[in-house]
Amino acid sequence: MSKVYVSYNNIISSLGFDSVSVAKEVIQGKSGLKQIADASIMPEPFMSSLIDDEVLSAAFNNTSEKKYTKLEQMFIASLQDTFSQSNIALTDRVGLIISTTKGNIDALDDANDFPKECAYLDVLAKNVTNYFGFKTEPIVLSNACVSGVLAVAVAKRYIKSNMFDQVFIVAGDLVTEFILSGFNSFQALSSEICKPYDKNRIGINIGEVAVSALVTKNEANLSDDAVEILGEASCNDANHISGPSRTGEGLYRSIKSALNQANLTSEDIDYISAHGTATMYNDEMEAIALNRLGLEHTPVNSLKGYFGHTLGASGLLETIIGMQALKQNKLIKTLGFAEMGVTQPINIIEETTEKPLNTFLKTASGFGGCNTAVIFKKVK
Amino acid sequence: MDALKQELKESLVEQLNLEDITPAEIGDDDMLFGDGLGLDSIDALELIVMLDKTYGIKLTDPKQGRAIFESINTMSAYIAEHRTK
Amino acid sequence: MENQFKISSYCHVKQNKISLNGKVLFSVKPEESTFLKQAYKALNVNYSKFFKMDKLSQLAFLAADVLFQYENISEENQENIALVMGNKASSLDTDRKHQDSIQDKTSYYPSPAVFVYTLPNIMLGEISIKYKLYSENSFFVFENFKTNYFYNYAQSLIVDNKADKILCGWVNVDDEDYEAFLYLVTPNGDLQHTEQQINTLYNELWTL
Repeated sequence: MSKVYVSYNNIISSLGFDSVSVAKEVIQGKSGLKQIADASIMPEPFMSSLIDDEVLSAAFNNTSEKKYTKLEQMFIASLQDTFSQSNIALTDRVGLIISTTKGNIDALDDANDFPKECAYLDVLAKNVTNYFGFKTEPIVLSNACVSGVLAVAVAKRYIKSNMFDQVFIVAGDLVTEFILSGFNSFQALSSEICKPYDKNRIGINIGEVAVSALVTKNEANLSDDAVEILGEASCNDANHISGPSRTGEGLYRSIKSALNQANLTSEDIDYISAHGTATMYNDEMEAIALNRLGLEHTPVNSLKGYFGHTLGASGLLETIIGMQALKQNKLIKTLGFAEMGVTQPINIIEETTEKPLNTFLKTASGFGGCNTAVIFKKVK
Repeated sequence: MDALKQELKESLVEQLNLEDITPAEIGDDDMLFGDGLGLDSIDALELIVMLDKTYGIKLTDPKQGRAIFESINTMSAYIAEHRTK
Repeated sequence: MENQFKISSYCHVKQNKISLNGKVLFSVKPEESTFLKQAYKALNVNYSKFFKMDKLSQLAFLAADVLFQYENISEENQENIALVMGNKASSLDTDRKHQDSIQDKTSYYPSPAVFVYTLPNIMLGEISIKYKLYSENSFFVFENFKTNYFYNYAQSLIVDNKADKILCGWVNVDDEDYEAFLYLVTPNGDLQHTEQQINTLYNELWTL
């Protein structure tokens, strides 16, 4: 069976509009989070990383008559970059997966200029598909906060089942009043920069990005940060629709299944890019799952202190940063972490350091009890 | 106080969609969470919204809720003392 | 790709009717608004969390429950059954409720019990919790039911040994409109797991 890779990619974020620039900022320890005061989104000031509308329109450079929503502009701008780097023709063997939890949900707001129809995810998908002229029907994946990394797994599966040779995946969510009011009603938001795994963590920050990547079986045309997808799995906690499992069951099973498929053991993983939302229960759950797998000594980070929780995009965003970390042989520190705040020992990366790296594990967990784990290996 | 307790039992059943329980079946001292009525973490958050919306009480620390929402008795006592509407 | 898997049972829900393998199990008059609640009672579901779910989760849960009862699948066995579902309207029915709760700034009380259902994959979580399914979950959104995407994804889960059985289908709720079509892909069954067969079964929704 042929190998499947994650190759050319892009990040549109408050830290920059391409993966290399964004990774550079992250490695230098710069956070895209800052305090925002915008009463139209949230009554009180909040911590977030937002994409500047003007910078985005300049980057998108829309030449058509059609008007695109902010999220559509983000998706198109991100895909445009990945698409031009990839340099492949759109045939019926090229698929498109769009990962998002809420899409154009801001269109439901009476104050929004776009018609409410835009809130349908298939309408959003059609706008992106038509912009590029994809020959195949777009696939929208909406699986809460694992959507971004699950897209990598789903793309691989469609390539393995011979539906496609290459799949573009694009993931993104907006920071909206809809989302912030909901997480606030869950008392999950932190008014300070989030502190993953830290003793004094109080909650999450929500951020926005759009990210994209090419998933391909074509070994001949790979990016210099390309990784092979060795194993992937997505297991449910079967416990609660919003609270993470106290035993980390779904995450434990996801990682175990991904390791089995990759034919690897815990010792083979060089580092873990975890979910680390900085809520009490999520971080604790992850520490428990990692311990059950003998991964407590493996260096682990959360990137939420750089971007906030970017919802349906986070898993793919963190995969792309992980690819850059592998390429540059850098363990990236968990920004915001100071003092161990989980009951089970884990090896949090506290300073960004050089280390030869070949493999990494990306994990994510979300509402609905979903968990996803994907294992990657450096190609070059 | 009895009127408030009755009101709380009714809103519990209605707002938390406790389809197979009637207000009359909830005792003043019954545990609302755990083995008692079996409410969960989302119900607790929902009760925080109810305190705010109906009685004008804002809880900023979710941990405060644990003691307040122990039973109808503890809830009614807290509301009677702190309500602003 | 060798296709040895079969479809062992299927369920349709539409226009206040529930059918199992093409035969109507329960129905009420089209104008009745409490259909799901009545079906819950008539079908002996006996799971009080049902009443906390939104309409989309209730619909998916009922259809899954009909199939699992028929297949003698119970939580004791903790079977490895993947859930692969999709729809058009995502969770918009509940999204609109949450939006209503924040639209008026003078009466701003977003409800966590509503917000948690503003994700379409919650229905997969609800089914997983009841039946102790620690298995693969994927939720897709398409303009309409895309047989080839469901078929190929299920096949890939089988080939990669990710699941022993797969519960697939379409569960959509949009305002007053709703429909559900679920089918169970297993090693044994009377119907072939082919795109053509899935299409035929899906189309029965419109003649229910």
